[in-house]
Amino acid sequence: MNPQKQQELQKIACKVRMGIIEGVHAAKAGHPGGSLSCADILTYLYFNHMNINPAEPKMENRDRFVLSKGHAAPALYATLAERGFFPVENLKTLRKIGSILQGHPDMKNIPGVDMSTGSLGQGISAAVGMALSSKHFGSNYNVYTILGDGEIEEGQVWEAAMFAANKKLGNLVAFVDLNNLQIDGTVDEVNSPKPVDKKFQAFGWNVICIDGNDFSQIESALAEAQKGNDKPTAIIATTVKGKGVSYMENVVGWHGVAPNDEQYEIAMAELKAQLEALN
Amino acid sequence: MADVIKKATREAYGSGLIKLGKKYDDFIVMDADLAAATKAGMFKKEFPERFYNCGIAEQNMIGIAAGIAATGKKVFASSFAMFAAGRAFEQIRNSVGYPHLNVKICATHAGISVGEDGATHQCNEDIGILRTIPGMVIINPADVVEGEKAMEAMYDYEGPCYARFGRLAVPVIFDDDYKFEIGKAVTLKEGTDVTIIATGLMVAEALIAHDILKEQGISARIINMATIKPIDREAIVKAAKETGVIVTAEEHSIIGGLASAVCEVVAEEYPVHVVKVGVNDEFGFSGPANDLLDKFGLRGVNIAEKAKEALKLKK
Repeated sequence: MNPQKQQELQKIACKVRMGIIEGVHAAKAGHPGGSLSCADILTYLYFNHMNINPAEPKMENRDRFVLSKGHAAPALYATLAERGFFPVENLKTLRKIGSILQGHPDMKNIPGVDMSTGSLGQGISAAVGMALSSKHFGSNYNVYTILGDGEIEEGQVWEAAMFAANKKLGNLVAFVDLNNLQIDGTVDEVNSPKPVDKKFQAFGWNVICIDGNDFSQIESALAEAQKGNDKPTAIIATTVKGKGVSYMENVVGWHGVAPNDEQYEIAMAELKAQLEALN
Repeated sequence: MADVIKKATREAYGSGLIKLGKKYDDFIVMDADLAAATKAGMFKKEFPERFYNCGIAEQNMIGIAAGIAATGKKVFASSFAMFAAGRAFEQIRNSVGYPHLNVKICATHAGISVGEDGATHQCNEDIGILRTIPGMVIINPADVVEGEKAMEAMYDYEGPCYARFGRLAVPVIFDDDYKFEIGKAVTLKEGTDVTIIATGLMVAEALIAHDILKEQGISARIINMATIKPIDREAIVKAAKETGVIVTAEEHSIIGGLASAVCEVVAEEYPVHVVKVGVNDEFGFSGPANDLLDKFGLRGVNIAEKAKEALKLKK
């Protein structure tokens, strides 16, 4: 990846992170940690990879995206807003009565949201269904999903993984946002799904392990994923939960808590400084 | 009764799919390793390239069906009622119901008449649990004719549907001229003393009850309530007003199903007594299906007895 493109994407991701903080702070609720960890993956997909059109969110042969870890909705909303699906200003309505921006993604009312998610383990099945539909009806679009590392403790994830390999869904890419933390503690303490790579391999998937906060690694993983074999691909993306906000990084307590006014100011100042450093 | 033709309503799922398959190619059929039993296998044999087996993973099957529907395509997904409505309830609620996706869930082997497999497979709760999902259509056809017509109606309808089919061969009571419409009750016999509202295989039993009561000089109205949701409120209120008392008959728990749906309507709009025929608050057990229907009091004679009790409650 050339340095200029990398810098451009880093700037966008910085704005996405600011959008996450804006939304969660305004809502006084939400999930900042796991939103910040997957912000780079979302930025890359929506700004440099997927065939989508903000002016025509329901374009028939668009690539599909399912946020299987639906609680990272603030990240998806901030990405969609930054990409032009709806005004960035709307992010401040997150979780408020009357807002389209529900606590978890709602496909009925939010432009650009392809599937309603929130109940863990269900999104990947929907993504598999979309990939199957694309293949069956000869539509040739690709399907992307992001799972949490805690989320893959759900048995349904492995039912979906088994089916996707059996039906040769090479048009499906699942990122696992491996930030190592879930609500009750580290994933190892709670009920470790590790080794994640070997599990997906055993289920018949291509597996690529990367640093999920590094754009050049995201880019090469996606290029490799789509070389054209008929296996689905799991990109095991090691990330930092709370990435970009110093006091949130790798702290389990920031899974589902909003920053107060003071913490908000600190977070925004840090992100602003990061953005300025990129200019 | 020797000349009565009997067919299981699950046959209508298979034959209905084939009929639709010959007309349209914009839908997929899925099953969870029970295709032979649910009769999805009939479609698979005819259109193998349009059938996908999910294996024994009903929750994933419902999620995949939701994904297919989210791309604007139609999909039918089948399993036994216990595993479709029971095991995959939350997937139906969150991945299908909440986004109001066009998924047709076709559940066979519903009710006590599963027979020998016993309580773990006898689903008497499906209508009750799915009825609580906003926007869910629930259809329980009375015979194979109505079943096939329901398949067509579901294909044409945009939104989530749950159809409930049975394993046991039951009398074919309608002919090809029978008209089925989602949400519309059909009055099969006019009557003035009592109304019997029945659904599924209990419709044929209600017709038997009608004849028993007629011999005793009691005029019973018989209503086939094939659609449990949205329920035909008008037909219920009219029955309450005109006959003053209602008996419900269903092969389902008396909690949460047809009885409850009817009670909800009359309680709000025109209170009359409602006497329930169904599976009481208990689990089933193994046995031949017809013997179980006798044992659980799900016969025309039982409905007739309840109707007479109901008459005594009339004000």
